[in-house]
Amino acid sequence: MAHATGKYYVPHGSWWPIIGSVGLFALMLGSANALNGSGGTWPALLGLAIVLFMFYGWFAEVVRESVAGYYSAQVDRSFRQGMIWFIFSEVMFFAAFFGALFYARALSVPWLGGEGVGFFTNLLLWEGFEPTWPTDGPAGVGGDFTAIGPWGLPAINTAILLTSGVTLTIAHHALRDNHRGILIGFLAATWLLGLIFVGLQAYEYVELYQDYNLRLDTGIYGSTFFMLTGFHGFHVTLGAIMLIVVWLRCLRGHFTPKQHFAFEATAWYWHFVDVVWLGLYVFVYWF
Amino acid sequence: MSDTATHTADHDDHHDTPKGIMRWLTTTNHKDIGTLYLLFALLMFFVGGSMALIIRLELFQPGLQYVNPEFFNQMTTMHALIMIFGAVMPAFVGLANWMIPLQIGAPDMALPRMNNFSFWILPFAFTLLLSTLFMPGGGPAGGWTLYPPLVQQTGDALPFVILAIHLMGISSIMGAINVIVTIMNMRAPGMTLLKMPLFVWTWLITAYLLIAVMPVLAGAVTMLLTDQFFGTTFFHAAGGGDPVMFQHIFWFFGHPEVYIMILPAFGIVSEIIPTFARKPLFGYDAMVYATASIAFLSFIVWAHHMFTVGMPLAGQLFFMFATMLIAVPTGVKVFNWTATMWRGAMTFETPMLFALAFLFLFTIGGFSGLMLSIVPADYQYHDSYFVVAHFHYVLVPGSVFAIMAGVYYWLPKWTGHMYDETLGKIHFWLSVIGVNVTFFPQHFLGLAGMPRRIPDYATQFTNFNMMSSIGAFIFGLSQLMFVYIIFKTIRGGAKASAEVWESPTGLEWTVPSPAPHHTFDEAPQVK
Ligand code: HEM
Ligand SMILES: [Cu+2]
Repeated sequence: MAHATGKYYVPHGSWWPIIGSVGLFALMLGSANALNGSGGTWPALLGLAIVLFMFYGWFAEVVRESVAGYYSAQVDRSFRQGMIWFIFSEVMFFAAFFGALFYARALSVPWLGGEGVGFFTNLLLWEGFEPTWPTDGPAGVGGDFTAIGPWGLPAINTAILLTSGVTLTIAHHALRDNHRGILIGFLAATWLLGLIFVGLQAYEYVELYQDYNLRLDTGIYGSTFFMLTGFHGFHVTLGAIMLIVVWLRCLRGHFTPKQHFAFEATAWYWHFVDVVWLGLYVFVYWF
Repeated sequence: MSDTATHTADHDDHHDTPKGIMRWLTTTNHKDIGTLYLLFALLMFFVGGSMALIIRLELFQPGLQYVNPEFFNQMTTMHALIMIFGAVMPAFVGLANWMIPLQIGAPDMALPRMNNFSFWILPFAFTLLLSTLFMPGGGPAGGWTLYPPLVQQTGDALPFVILAIHLMGISSIMGAINVIVTIMNMRAPGMTLLKMPLFVWTWLITAYLLIAVMPVLAGAVTMLLTDQFFGTTFFHAAGGGDPVMFQHIFWFFGHPEVYIMILPAFGIVSEIIPTFARKPLFGYDAMVYATASIAFLSFIVWAHHMFTVGMPLAGQLFFMFATMLIAVPTGVKVFNWTATMWRGAMTFETPMLFALAFLFLFTIGGFSGLMLSIVPADYQYHDSYFVVAHFHYVLVPGSVFAIMAGVYYWLPKWTGHMYDETLGKIHFWLSVIGVNVTFFPQHFLGLAGMPRRIPDYATQFTNFNMMSSIGAFIFGLSQLMFVYIIFKTIRGGAKASAEVWESPTGLEWTVPSPAPHHTFDEAPQVK
């Protein structure tokens, strides 16, 4: 690989990682105790606070170094490749939950209904169970519920996310052409759309819990629905926070038309949550 | 240190590096971090090893002597989790940290701060995991595979285990990202992909596997957690889920995971055999392609761990044939290592001895794997000691021997001293005898019908179990020698030259021994 001019910047001695490890430890220890019903939630929250502090401090240091011009093109490439592989790991995390959804729909529910190898399971254990989708299983875990269709709120949310992808691309072009005003305006529109999405999603959840009796514990449908949309919503929230940080940096005049790794990384991340949503929309809401 | 003069202000030397513990907590140096990983792995090797010895102690005779069955099950579960995630994987990451930058001519890993983070998460993760042994209900006892519904009878330990696994996963993913980016972006000019040492190649592919499957494991254990605490029914038939679904998700991670633990071993052996046979590696390109095909195939064979759960016939056939296919690239590798030695001017220093033992004994494990991949035969072997014998052959004289071979091979480069060859050879012979006495009889036990994960057994299994336990204590105790040899070498010994061995290939042998704190600040030119 061609060596960029200048040395590769190797930072020395950093406290942030060990702070992060301590924070993660407190977060996990606190959460585990809380799940076991002892110790309350404050140790976990303290751990979370330390982790957030670590992110803030660590990234602030990186931003300072970047602004000071320590990073060669080669360092920039390391960041880019790192981000791409991080996103790939996230894709695989979602793949596990999509896999669970497909497995349940294509195999385990039909088997419970007596298809193929499940003939005796059905006959002996769950006679009369009709394998339809959505379902809360042969025992009707969670009681009767109504599923939410693809039209209405989910369709609006799809439109919102897709629009945010467009506004983000406009902002990116503006950054490359050095039109700071357009950049800041469209970037603000992007994270606003993201937050509106999260807000509508929260509204949908309340509605589902209250009026549809569709909950996390509504059998396999509730499990897959809420875990998939929940993790997705969490990622949208993260993405929106990243967008806000990038936006604040734009306000401060960071980034040049040529070098703006943080912007691009955030944009990739945003497109990634966008694509996951399309998968959700098609396979969770629609079919 | 020849390169101090070239340091610039934003990249200063260790004169402002904190001393003592602070240095190790905050270090971003790949060599320091490699050392930390290796020492941590060594510690965990002994923690996990003690658990194995408790298991073998109890199994020395039929009947219950020393531990109660619950504790026995905790030992089998914890032993596996610690050896896999605490010993073998971190040892390989430690070797990657030390050697990849040296082998590709890079000044450090690509993302040095994240490198520190990857390591320092681990001690905390294992604190969480080990603490479960002292909890109401004890540690996890349902096996390292964490199958529901059994695992859901775990006491207070369950969320600790799951969250500890999350931490290990975060650490592995960050470590793997660092490895890939380092290899793809930090190679010295002229170091084209097909000139990279095989250790670098195998680690590149291993890192892909890690990033692909660790998140899947995270997903699987997250579903366990929500099933347990938040009422989801992923693995409950009553709600439309299926406990077998957990097994599919788990083994989608689990089978690539076993290759994660063997591919870097292939890499190490591919470095060592040419050096001591004094011939270039036979079929370099074929080795690279074989590694890649093994990695690819490892994604489509997972259900060979589940032949007995009741799968449709088409599934069984597919997974059987796909599994058998893996034997082909694996065979290519074994052939190439052998061909490398053909008419070589061989000498048998300790690294070479371990590499040779790897070659023979890993192959035995590969063959038993092939037997297990035959569905009707697996009906008989599954969950028996035959499986235990199989995976210990691939993991102990496989992965662990390769790690030891690598340590002996590179220790002079790290410390600047030669290890004590006589002691190394004694360590080798004790280990190789111990391993075979431990695990070979387990094949017979399995074929005769002794189930795995059981604290007591029918009396006809006694003789082989006694042999196995004696072997285990020979192997376990002889590892104390390993520790002694390592620390003795760190503290002194004959001075090692830069090349250490007789004309080995690789950039790591062009820097002095011990390798200075910073190497390749100026990228070397590779012809
Ligand atoms: C030629 C290559 C291989 C083949 C065909 C093969 C095949 C198999 C099969 C069919 C099983 C399931 C047996 C059963 O549970 O009934 C198995 C188990 C196992 N294999 Fe292999 N294997 C191979 C190589 C390896 C390697 C290289 C490793 C690790 C370094 C490994 C580690 C394991 C482990 C840990 C288990 C047991 C997992 C458990 O149930 O706890 N195998 N293997
Ligand atoms: Cu397997």
